[in-house]
Amino acid sequence: MLMKLLSGDRPASPVLTVLLLVILIGLAFAPFLFPGSKPLETAARICIFIVLVASYDLLIGYTGIVSFAHTMFFGLGAYGTALGLSLGGASFAAAGLGALGGVALAAVLALAIGLFSLRVKAIFFAMVTLAIASAFAVLVSQLSFLTGGEDGLNYKIPRELTPAFKLFAEPVLGLRIDGKVLSYYLIFGVALVLFLTLLRIVNSPFGRVLKAVRDNSFRAEAIGYKVVRYRTAATVLSAVMAAMAGVLLALWLRYTGPATTLSMEIMVDILLMVVIGGMGTMYGAVLGAVIFILAQTYLQSLMGLAEQATAGIPLLPDLVAPDRWLLWLGVLFVLSVYFFPTGIVGRLRAGKA
Amino acid sequence: MAEPLLTLDGVHTHIGPYHILQGVSLTVPQGGVSVLLGRNGAGKTTTLRTIMGLWRASRGEVRFDGRDITQLDTPSIARAGIAYVPENMGIFTDLTVAENMMLAATSGPIDAKRLSWVQDLFPPIRNFWNSSAGTLSGGQKQMLAVSRAIIEPRRLILIDEPTKGLAPAIIVAMTDALRQLKETETTILLVEQNFAMASSLGDTVAVMDDGRIVHAGDMATLVADAGLQERLMGLSLEAHQ
Repeated sequence: MLMKLLSGDRPASPVLTVLLLVILIGLAFAPFLFPGSKPLETAARICIFIVLVASYDLLIGYTGIVSFAHTMFFGLGAYGTALGLSLGGASFAAAGLGALGGVALAAVLALAIGLFSLRVKAIFFAMVTLAIASAFAVLVSQLSFLTGGEDGLNYKIPRELTPAFKLFAEPVLGLRIDGKVLSYYLIFGVALVLFLTLLRIVNSPFGRVLKAVRDNSFRAEAIGYKVVRYRTAATVLSAVMAAMAGVLLALWLRYTGPATTLSMEIMVDILLMVVIGGMGTMYGAVLGAVIFILAQTYLQSLMGLAEQATAGIPLLPDLVAPDRWLLWLGVLFVLSVYFFPTGIVGRLRAGKA
Repeated sequence: MAEPLLTLDGVHTHIGPYHILQGVSLTVPQGGVSVLLGRNGAGKTTTLRTIMGLWRASRGEVRFDGRDITQLDTPSIARAGIAYVPENMGIFTDLTVAENMMLAATSGPIDAKRLSWVQDLFPPIRNFWNSSAGTLSGGQKQMLAVSRAIIEPRRLILIDEPTKGLAPAIIVAMTDALRQLKETETTILLVEQNFAMASSLGDTVAVMDDGRIVHAGDMATLVADAGLQERLMGLSLEAHQ
């Protein structure tokens, strides 16, 4: 049953299995295990980014396509939902309709990009996607009457997903089950289903062809596979998944703006998460997203503690001062790429760690 | 006389500024093994790649089973029933042996009986079924490349120098396998530098030089005529054995 759910894709490493189980349990019981709004916020971001990073891995890791337009698709899902809720009111129907519109637009745009651009060399495709993503960001910024411009959109979500809604009168295991917790479980559930779907895709005959295309597209053609068709299909699937992650983000934040969805900074973060976790391994997306977001969220606090602990030592408190957290985050990633060139999952599967 | 399976009629191929095939006309009859011989750079590999559509013929016509395939794209040519085993083996090194084989079965799941036959021809395919193809030895990679081409019945298999760089024992195994394959209905167009092997398998032969076919006929005639061998290839079968 479990292997069927995982589409036969075993973690293939005891350490990786344990890590994945810890993450699954941690996320499944996050509201109970880590009370407070910051941990719940972090757990929800991890769920959303697992889908976003895994969908990018389908493209870069499994098909060998480098695209910089992934945040654009992420943004389309988020903006679609945001517009649905802004224009249609705080109902599930409005959110669903907006989400559907955003996801459909992402699919159509991905299809157009794929059909028109995937025949060119990889570097040119990357440049085309970069140009399209930049143009889209400018467009969103300029269509302020619709998108809120640089300020973005604030909107209401269905009451059942807000803290004001109480599911039970009494706390369950010490936790009051309000709309925020329900909203978290909606995100967790959808993210889990989307991740398992991606796992199914990469382990299907279709996924096998994608890997062959990545390995050598000429050989794949010589066997009888139309490479452009497969690359385009992968681009569309990846865009749809990214847009769905955007839908989840829009529901969780109750705000959608360029900084939270379309920025190049998020694109670089996604790329780092894929590389750290291990390209071409769906489980790498899980580890990459967890490590990156935990580091982003808690490194500053940890460094504050380290600064206090080393107060008496010369020079050291300055080095570990919280405002230097970005420097140490960079060092951490350089070291992880140096020691895990095939990503954490690649290294664990090779039995070297 | 039966209709030939494959004909090339005055085929020209340019690769960048280079005019490689300069009017190749070639006939491959149904069944058996046709061998394409010639020195390095004569245009043998380009001929196979042009048949597969990997290089586009700039002039001339390629007909397969009576159908003009000159302008078809490579996947359509492959699905028409032509398998290609390139010189550099053409396997997917990041994938397992099993995945390589499953990819080659383009019409559906692998037929168990056919797989068993292929694995009997090439035992390493069975032994290393779940291993990464990149970890196989050169000979095993070549066996995988040929196995992939025959995992489904094909009308024509183009094989480019299957024994190049292989140990003598592997060459013997490969020759035996190709001989068994010859017994099936599959037609083989074989490019081979090893004349001893080529002559032991071939029914018909064409010799290329400077992008043209300079001789075509029965293999038996070429094998029997040392003078012709000397003239066409600068060596004789006796000297090569």
